[in-house]
Amino acid sequence: MLHKLAVLATEEGGVVHAGDGGWWADTAGIMLVLPFVAFLLILFFGKRLKYQGGEFAVGALAIGLVWATVLFVMNMTGGVLDHSNTFEIARIGSDIVFELGWMVDGLSIMMYFLVNFVGLVVFIYALGYMEGDIRVNTFFASFSIFAGAMLVLVGAPNLIQMIIGWEGVGLASYLLIGHYWEDLDNVKAGNKAFMTNKVADVGLILGAILVGVAIGNFDFAALSEAAVGQNAELGAVAFVGGLLLFFGAMGKSAQFPLHIWLPDAMAGPTPVSALMHAATMVTAGIYLMARMFPLFQNLAQDARVYMVAIGAITLFAIGLLALVADDIKKVLAYSTVSQLGYMMTAVAAGGYTAGLFHLFTHAFFKALLFLGAGSVIHAVHSNNMSDMGGLRKYMPTTYWTFVVGSLALAGIVPLSGFWSKDEILATLGHEGYTAVMWIAIAGAFVTAFYMTRAVALTFFGEFKGHGEPHESPKLMTRPLVALAIPSIFFGLLNIPGVSIPGIGNFTEWLSVRVVEMGDHHAEAINFGLAAAGLGAALLGIALGWMIWGEDKKTQEERDSLEIPVLYPLLRRKYYLDDAALGIVGATMGPLARSVDWINTYVIDGIVNAAGALTRGLGGFVYGILDQRGVDGFVNGLSVVADGAGAGLRKLQTGRVQQYAAFFVVGAIVLAVVFVILI
Amino acid sequence: MSFVDWISEPVNWVFLAIGIVVLFSGFKVATSQNVVHSALALVGALAGSAGLFLMLSAEFVAWVLVLVYIGAVVVLFLFGIMITRAPTGFDEGLDSDKKAVPAVIAVSLFALLSLSSVAAFGDTPVEMVGEPTTTETLAQALLGRFVIPFEVVSFVLLAALIGSITIARRDLSPLEEEERSSV
Amino acid sequence: MLLSQFLIVSSALFSLGVYGLLVRRNIVLILLSVELMLNAVNINLIAFESVIRSADATGQVFAIFVITVAAAEVGIGLAIVLMIFRNRRSANVDELNLMRW
Repeated sequence: MLHKLAVLATEEGGVVHAGDGGWWADTAGIMLVLPFVAFLLILFFGKRLKYQGGEFAVGALAIGLVWATVLFVMNMTGGVLDHSNTFEIARIGSDIVFELGWMVDGLSIMMYFLVNFVGLVVFIYALGYMEGDIRVNTFFASFSIFAGAMLVLVGAPNLIQMIIGWEGVGLASYLLIGHYWEDLDNVKAGNKAFMTNKVADVGLILGAILVGVAIGNFDFAALSEAAVGQNAELGAVAFVGGLLLFFGAMGKSAQFPLHIWLPDAMAGPTPVSALMHAATMVTAGIYLMARMFPLFQNLAQDARVYMVAIGAITLFAIGLLALVADDIKKVLAYSTVSQLGYMMTAVAAGGYTAGLFHLFTHAFFKALLFLGAGSVIHAVHSNNMSDMGGLRKYMPTTYWTFVVGSLALAGIVPLSGFWSKDEILATLGHEGYTAVMWIAIAGAFVTAFYMTRAVALTFFGEFKGHGEPHESPKLMTRPLVALAIPSIFFGLLNIPGVSIPGIGNFTEWLSVRVVEMGDHHAEAINFGLAAAGLGAALLGIALGWMIWGEDKKTQEERDSLEIPVLYPLLRRKYYLDDAALGIVGATMGPLARSVDWINTYVIDGIVNAAGALTRGLGGFVYGILDQRGVDGFVNGLSVVADGAGAGLRKLQTGRVQQYAAFFVVGAIVLAVVFVILI
Repeated sequence: MSFVDWISEPVNWVFLAIGIVVLFSGFKVATSQNVVHSALALVGALAGSAGLFLMLSAEFVAWVLVLVYIGAVVVLFLFGIMITRAPTGFDEGLDSDKKAVPAVIAVSLFALLSLSSVAAFGDTPVEMVGEPTTTETLAQALLGRFVIPFEVVSFVLLAALIGSITIARRDLSPLEEEERSSV
Repeated sequence: MLLSQFLIVSSALFSLGVYGLLVRRNIVLILLSVELMLNAVNINLIAFESVIRSADATGQVFAIFVITVAAAEVGIGLAIVLMIFRNRRSANVDELNLMRW
C-alpha cells in the first residue's frame, strides 16, 4: 500500500494524504531557536567552561538532532509530512504578509537532519580541533549563529524568512572566515566572501520581490501552487525572476563566475570549512533552486538551459583547478565547487531528486574529507601538501576515513557518491542534455584524478615535514568515523527502482506538497550509464596513481609536471580573481572619487555656507535687532515710565485740600458724563 | 408753575425767608475772616435748616438737629477752636490765596446740581400735610426695619468715642506710666 | 412748595461747603465746611422724603443717621486736630504736607 502511494506520488504527482507530524512538527521550531539560545549562553557563560562554550553549541544541536531524527523517521514510515507553523509578524496592505515560522515537509526534514547531524559531528570535532586556539569562545558563538541561521533558512516557509537565514549564514561565514584576523589575508578573504555574496544577493532579493509581488504572497506553498496552476502574473515575471533567483543562488553555491570566494574562504578554521563551505551553507543555493523547482518546471523553462550551462562550466572548469593546488583545503574547496556544479546542473535539468540526493550524500563525505584534512593539518601544522606525505603510517584512522571519503567522492560503487552521481547522469541523459552528460562523466574522471593526487601526496611517499606527526585525539577521530559510515551506506537509500519495504526510498521522502513535481526518477538502473561513470572514475584513479602514487622519490618531481598553457591558466585561476578586482576597481574607483568630490565641495560647501549665513544672521540679530531695537525699546519704555513718574508725582503735594479739589472736580465730571450726557 | 404763582403762596415767603438765612449763614461759614464768626454762622445755618425741616413735616429730625448739632457739635467746634489757639478776632490768613479755582469748582458744582434737579423734578410739588411725621413712625422704622443700621451706628459712635479718647490721650513716657500706675 | 426749591437750597449749601473746604486754611474751619455739606445732604433727604412719603419715613431715618455719624466724625476729627496741634503747634493745613513727593 505504501509502495503504491509512493508510486502515485512520484509518477503522477497525485494527491497523497500527507501526514501532519503531530506534536513533533508543531514544536519543531525549537530546532531553529536552540542554536541562538546556545549563542547567548556561550557569550555569557562560555569562557569559564572547559571547551569555552562549545558544550552549549554541541548540546543545542544534539537536542535539535532528536527532533530531526524523529521527524525523519516519521517521514520515512508514516507517509510524507506536510505541515508548517507560522506567526504573522507584519502586514503590507491586505495581502502581503510577513510571517516567520518553520516548515515541516520532506525537503526541510532532509535538511534539518543534514544540518543537525553533520553540524553535531563537526561541533564535536571542533571541540578538539580548536583546543588551545585563540578566541575559541567567539568561534563557537559565531558557529552557533551559523547553525541557527542555517536552520532558519531551511525551515523557512516563505522567501522572506529564507532571505533572513541567507543573510545570517553570510554574516556567520564572514565572522568565521576572518577568525584569524591578525593576518590581513584572512580578513580580505572574509570580505571577498561577503562581497561576492552581496553581489549575488542583489539578484536574490530582486528575484524574490518580483516573484512574491506577482502573486502577492511569498509563501513557498503558494508559489508552488501558482506555478503549477499556470498563474498568469507569475508567468509574466517567471523568466526574469527565476534567473535573478538563480543569480542569488550562484553566489551562495559558488557557481562560475561567483565561485571566487570559496577557495579563499579556506582561511577559516577547518571545522568552518567542513560545515559551512562543504555541507551546509553552500548548499543553500541548491535548496533555493529546489524550492523554486515548480517555477522552473512550469513557467520558466527557458531559464533552465542557462542554469544547466553554468552548472556544467562550474562542474568541469573549476574541477580542473584542483589539480594545481598545493593547499589540501583548496583542493577540497575546488572539489566542493565542482560538486555544487553537479547539483545545480541536476536540479536545473529537472532532476529534483537527483540534485538533492547528491547534496545529501556529498554533505557527509565532503565534511568527512574536510575533517580529515583538518586532522592532518592539526598534526603537521601546515596546510600544504608539500609539507605532508607518508602520513599513512602515523595517522591510520585519518587515512582510512579519508580514503573512504575520497572513494565516495569519486563515485566508486557501492559507496554513496556512486549512487548520487549516477542518478545525476541518468537525469541529464533522460532530459536530453546529452552534451552536459558527457561533460559530467568527464568531470567524474577529473574528480577521481585530483582526489587520487591529494591522497597520494598526503598519505603516501615520504614525510616531507618536520618532526613526527601523530594521530589526532579521539575527540577528532571519532567524528571522522561517524561521518564515514553514512558516506558508505547512505547511497543505498536511493537505488533506482528499489523501495525499501516499510520505509520507501529517498525520492518518496522528498515529495513535498501535493502538487505535480514533474520530477524524473529512474525506474531502474541504467547500467550503461553507471558503467560509464564508474569507468571514468576508475580511469582517473589509475592515472592519478600512476603519476603521483607509485614512486616515492619522484613524487615531488612529478608534481611539478606542467601541462603547458593549461597549468599556468589554472594556476592563475583563469584570471578570474584579477578580472573581478579589475571590474570593481574600474567602476568603483571613479565613482568613489566623484562622490568624495561632491562630499567635500558640494555638501561641505553647503554646510559651511549655512554656517556662515547663520553666523551673519546671528550677528545681525544681536547687533541691530537686539542691541538697538529691543534694548532701545525697553530703555525707551523705562525713560517714558521715569518721565511719567517724575511728572505725575508732582500731583502728590501732600495738601489735602488739593486732593479734595480733584475729588470734587472728578465727581462733577462723572456726574456730567453719566447722568446728563448718557 | 411760574414764578408769580410760586411767589403768591404764603408758604413760599416763609421758605424764602428761611432760605435766605440759611444761605447767608452758609456763606459766612465759608468766607468769614473770623473763626468764631464762622462757627456761629454754622449755628445759624443749622437753625435755618431745622426750620426747613419743620416746613417739611419732619419735626423730630428738626429738633434732633438742634439738640445734637447745635447743642453738641458746634460746642465741640468751639472747644476745638479754643484748644488749637486759633487766633480769635479778625484773621487775615484764614483763607488760602488761591481762591479762583475753588470758586470755579463750587460754582460749577452748584450749577450742575441745581440745573439737573430742576430739569428732573421741575414741577413736583410738596404737599402740605396737616400732621407732621410722628415720632412713633420713626421709632417703629428705626427699631423695626432699620434696626441693624441703628445698631451699627451705635457702634460707630462707640468707636468714635473710644477712638477720640485714644487719639487725644497724652502719650506718657514709660517711666511716667510706671509712676502713675504704681500710685 | 416745589421740590426743586429745596433742592436748589441744598445744592447751594453744598457748593458753599465745597468752597469752604477748598479755601480755608484752618483745619477746624475745614471741618466746619464739611458739617455744612452734611447738613445740605440732610435737607435733600428730608425734601425727598416729604415727596415720596414712604411708610416708614426712610428719608428722615437716614437723616438721623447722617446727623449721628456727623457727630461721631466731628469727635474724631477734633481729636486728630488736637494731636496735630500738639505735634506742630499749628492748625494750618498748608503746613501738613509731609506726604508729598
